[in-house]
Amino acid sequence: MRHLLSVLVENEPGVLSRVAGLFSGRGFNVDSLNVAPTLEEGVSLMTITTTGDDQIVEQIIKQLRKLVTVIKVVDFQDLAAVEREMALMKVYAEDSRRAEILRIADIFRCKVVDVSMNELTIEATGDHGKIEAIIALLTRFGIKEIARTGTVAMRRSMQPES
Amino acid sequence: MELTGATILLESLKKEGVDVVFGYPGGAVLDIYNELPRHEEIRHVLVRHEQGAVHAADGYARASGKVGVCLVTSGPGATNTVTGIATAYCDSIPLVVLTGQVPTPLIGNDAFQEVDIVGITRPCTKHNYLVKDITKLASTIKEAFYLARSGRPGPVLVDIPKDVQNQLCEFVYPDDIKMRSYNPTYKPNLNQLRRAVDHIMMAKRPLIFAGGGVITSNASAELGELARSLRIPVVGSLMGLGGFPGDDPLWLGMLGMHGTYAANKAVSNADVIIAAGARFDDRVTGKLSTFAPGAKIIHIDIDPTSIRKNVEVHVPVVGDCRHALAGIQEIVNTRMAEKDWQGVHGDWIRQVEEWRAAQPVTYIENGTLKPQKVVETIFELTKGEAIITTEVGQNQMWTAQFYKFRKPRTLLTSGGLGTMGYGLPAALGAQMAFPDRMVIDIAGDGSIQMNSQELMTAVCNRLPVKIVILNNGFLGMVRQWQELFYKRNYCNTCMDAQPDFVKLAEAYGASGYRVTEESQLESVLKEAFANPNTCIIDVHVEREENVYPMVPAGASLEEMLLV
Repeated sequence: MRHLLSVLVENEPGVLSRVAGLFSGRGFNVDSLNVAPTLEEGVSLMTITTTGDDQIVEQIIKQLRKLVTVIKVVDFQDLAAVEREMALMKVYAEDSRRAEILRIADIFRCKVVDVSMNELTIEATGDHGKIEAIIALLTRFGIKEIARTGTVAMRRSMQPES
Repeated sequence: MELTGATILLESLKKEGVDVVFGYPGGAVLDIYNELPRHEEIRHVLVRHEQGAVHAADGYARASGKVGVCLVTSGPGATNTVTGIATAYCDSIPLVVLTGQVPTPLIGNDAFQEVDIVGITRPCTKHNYLVKDITKLASTIKEAFYLARSGRPGPVLVDIPKDVQNQLCEFVYPDDIKMRSYNPTYKPNLNQLRRAVDHIMMAKRPLIFAGGGVITSNASAELGELARSLRIPVVGSLMGLGGFPGDDPLWLGMLGMHGTYAANKAVSNADVIIAAGARFDDRVTGKLSTFAPGAKIIHIDIDPTSIRKNVEVHVPVVGDCRHALAGIQEIVNTRMAEKDWQGVHGDWIRQVEEWRAAQPVTYIENGTLKPQKVVETIFELTKGEAIITTEVGQNQMWTAQFYKFRKPRTLLTSGGLGTMGYGLPAALGAQMAFPDRMVIDIAGDGSIQMNSQELMTAVCNRLPVKIVILNNGFLGMVRQWQELFYKRNYCNTCMDAQPDFVKLAEAYGASGYRVTEESQLESVLKEAFANPNTCIIDVHVEREENVYPMVPAGASLEEMLLV
């Protein structure tokens, strides 16, 4: 099962390797990992997507909390959350196919951020499923290069009553 | 007044009450060593190998309950500490390891004797630091000691570059410490304790399982009270030995791979297990799917990651063992009238006593000198009052089985990592903590050779530790596995090419004794124990004796091979 973890950490040298080392040392999966500073000085937010059964994910969360530089861990599994990924894709786009590519980009509300004679660079934003879907659709045209972010997520202000 | 980094470090150690440091000088810590003679409160023990320094600090910590401290140089000095650090980490032993580092401008340049020791030790320390800013030095030392001794204790490494040791800074030692990202839970949740008591009150076949956490949290008295007031039998892990008296009628012995028949039968048949400060290591559980099949498990541990890591837990109790056991007792006391406790577990107590009588821990006497006999004799001569360290392997298991540890902090052994070469340096550390007590390293002929250089440390510091070598000319435990599971293919486990241990002792200025017949055993041990010098007693024991009972790796606890 895929879990999305939001991990608030002290922004110290080595904190990324402490977290990464924990996953590799204990054989946990990291599907994606995103780190950036928060508004509070000295505090960064990591968003980690991982997969594992309940017992493994429980261990991952406990082990993360045990790291001395980790301030807080939230599992979005039981929360309503907004999640986003972004991908930049450079797609082969000769004249005959350009219109079709643009139509797909439009359907997915992507932006064209760079263009040349034979290529279009498309910026796609959305949840994990949407990014996977557009990649699948564009593959047949030939994706020359791709750069993807990890997932970032935020708890929704309104939570369904439990 | 402004002080140098070296002085700030030593002043900080004094603030933490450090009275002994185990260390080895080198280029990157010369400034600290230069300053050391001006701080008479801190005694420095010069070891002969940095691994010995860490094990000695570890032995000091286990015996005394205080934080052990060691000081080594950069590069190889630092890498030599890794085995010791990992040993302490596995067994939750509070250490502060101070390493020198090359000057900050050189870090990352592959300078002489530079290693990234913070990177290397990240997975085997509770936490570690590289101090690049002199203004952070004092507060880092404060944090290091706080982390090492609080919560689930562990080793903390502080790497201090040479230029930081020289810089000047105002010395302010923080009185208090608060870390937003670190807040161990000592007091357990009351509702969980109530749930635990509900299970205990319903139990027909309850069992207490004491782990190392009982020792760490000084919970022996509370554990004993709970066991006796409700008449619950007690088993222990290797790390839990001494947490409950080994001669108490409720004591069933160690459980697990080389546990007693009674302990393993009791675990397999209990309906409620109260596990205090244990982590259900594979050597304890055997095959997980058949471990304690009928039991509801109440698991007390200060480290939430220990709970539900290996076994399914019915009542998790996160907290310090002493607080938790005292809390359980308090609730139990209000409900004592509900049952006749001396009678209610009568059938169960009779059953475990039957198991104990049917298959006591024993060995076959056939006229040869048996290693188990040696441990028994040491127990009798010391009346169970000595501090015992072990190496790893058969010597360790026979010690666990045949020395009836009565008090906490009397068995110092590498349980989790299983580090050969631990026993001698750990004995030095324990002897430093308790100069007047008898400290004995029960060793094997293989493992004693892994840190035998520390004999010099013992002799020159006048530490009268006794090293009893159960000498069988084999790496005995590995040979036992080869015998049982590899068709007696004794590949590279025969170590009969060995030094003359008596002469080795004498070469270092220690006293050496040799025992080859059982008839000599008691008198030689007596003589050595009365000798104020460091002693090696080289006891030539039956060569192919095995440790029994034994649960083969991966088998169920009830599938024991018996004597």
